[in-house]
Amino acid sequence: MSARANPLIVGAGPAGIRAAQALVAAGLRPTVVDEAPRCGGQIYRQPLVDDGRDAQSRYGSEAAKAERLHRDFAALQDRIDYRPQALLWNLRDGIADIMHDGAHQRVAYDGLILSTGATDRVLPLPGWTLPGVFTLGAAQIALKAQACTIGTNVVFAGSGPLLYLVAWQYLRAGVQVAAVLDAAPLSAKINLWRGLPLAPAVVLRGLKMAAELKLSGTALHFGVAGLRIEGEARVERIAFRSGGRAHSVACDGVGYGLNLRSETQLADLAGCAFRFDPRDRAHLPVNEASGRSSVAGVYLAGDGARIAGADAAEAAGERAALAVLEDRGLPYDVARAAALKRMLQRIDRLRDVLEAAFPYPAHWADEIADSTLLCRCEEISAGEARQAIKDFSLSELNRLKAVSRIGMGRCQGRVCGGAAAELLAGETGRDIASVGRLRAQAPIKPIPFALTSSDQTNEEQHDEAH
Amino acid sequence: MPLFHRIARIQKAAIPFTLDGVACEGKAGDSVLTAILCHAERLRQSEFSGAPRAGFCQMGACQDCWVQCEDGERLRACSTPLTEGMRIITARRT
Repeated sequence: MSARANPLIVGAGPAGIRAAQALVAAGLRPTVVDEAPRCGGQIYRQPLVDDGRDAQSRYGSEAAKAERLHRDFAALQDRIDYRPQALLWNLRDGIADIMHDGAHQRVAYDGLILSTGATDRVLPLPGWTLPGVFTLGAAQIALKAQACTIGTNVVFAGSGPLLYLVAWQYLRAGVQVAAVLDAAPLSAKINLWRGLPLAPAVVLRGLKMAAELKLSGTALHFGVAGLRIEGEARVERIAFRSGGRAHSVACDGVGYGLNLRSETQLADLAGCAFRFDPRDRAHLPVNEASGRSSVAGVYLAGDGARIAGADAAEAAGERAALAVLEDRGLPYDVARAAALKRMLQRIDRLRDVLEAAFPYPAHWADEIADSTLLCRCEEISAGEARQAIKDFSLSELNRLKAVSRIGMGRCQGRVCGGAAAELLAGETGRDIASVGRLRAQAPIKPIPFALTSSDQTNEEQHDEAH
Repeated sequence: MPLFHRIARIQKAAIPFTLDGVACEGKAGDSVLTAILCHAERLRQSEFSGAPRAGFCQMGACQDCWVQCEDGERLRACSTPLTEGMRIITARRT
């Protein structure tokens, strides 16, 4: 039996943890690379030091899940090659380039599970670069991982379940929630009743949060549009339209997000085929129910593959690990694979409901003013992008990038890419699916110019068992 | 007034650092972003317009929170733990 390299898991959130656990259970020793210092991903993110708060106050209704994941991952420590605070910045031919503590490492792998997670999806707003404006995810991270609030009188705006969850968490933390501005009309929430039989606890908890916000005197506005964040050196107000009227609310912090977007750069570097996903309104790596991508030996799990939430990520991570086992010719639990598939299908139906109840306001893209910054990194306005589209008769996103530098800044289009695609589609009268997607480039995040050379290349460090 | 407000971890050990030359104290467990924004309203000024910025995603994706140290080193504030003696500059060098 020839020696095979260990499987590599990228990301130690719910998907990565369950994938590692399933591989270890089968006798493999996966390498787990994660950017964070401690496991949990963003959803179950842990503080840098114990801050005296318990899991209940940090993770609320999800405390038991968070504790289980943290505990289960800790139990794997001797049986995995765990590399926290490490950025996997390039992939090719079974070798991963990793930056850890300013040093470069090369790791050989055989079987790659990408559980890279997601970040907040946004569309540009006037004033969105002002200090005090953060994504909803950021507002939540400040609270749960750093025990800080982003203001004392905060507005939460956008769409998605996270909008109400974070607003409610801030309320519970004693912060004045100045308003919750929901992009969706109130009528969209009727869809939640369809979610009741699928996940009664989730739906009822959401309704309870909204009710508690309302009872606390928090203003809830629905069908908002025309958001404008105002202030000199920091956020001072947010203006918006709702119910045919113009409003303005004073605040010293804004949490903003329009659901989530998948982190797909590594799937791109791994050579995975992509296709447009109408529900996420994004190009996503092609993914079978088993987690297999279009590339043999590359597997996808969790929100990095398609937005489905933390429970789905746990199931998908385990399922992808079972696919790794099957593809290595190792025994795996076929009944468990089928059960995970059913679980994922049920969550997927719930996801359809949530998307209908918390829809993405694509129509906001039509009214992005020319003067609004589209690219935060290099301060390129929507007007400059529109001009480039006209001047060069552009119809493809990477051409727009080449001409306007949209997507070429430090974030590589993570923040502006979706909005740029909307703008390009709108300007050219094309469908969003047909304007392309920004190609990923290595390094997928900034790395220092002076990385010290490889401390060890573990290409010879193989798994003896298989 | 600073952007951030602490709700816990207040009794943790102090970590001294400087912000634009002024002595400040963070707390054990702070990211560089948290330590700065508990004192200040910005992390940096845009290289393009000079407009103030204070980060955006806090999860290492948006790259909006890179700050400079006096020795020229650059740090992504949201994903870097605060360590004693950091000398951070938030003003754009002209």
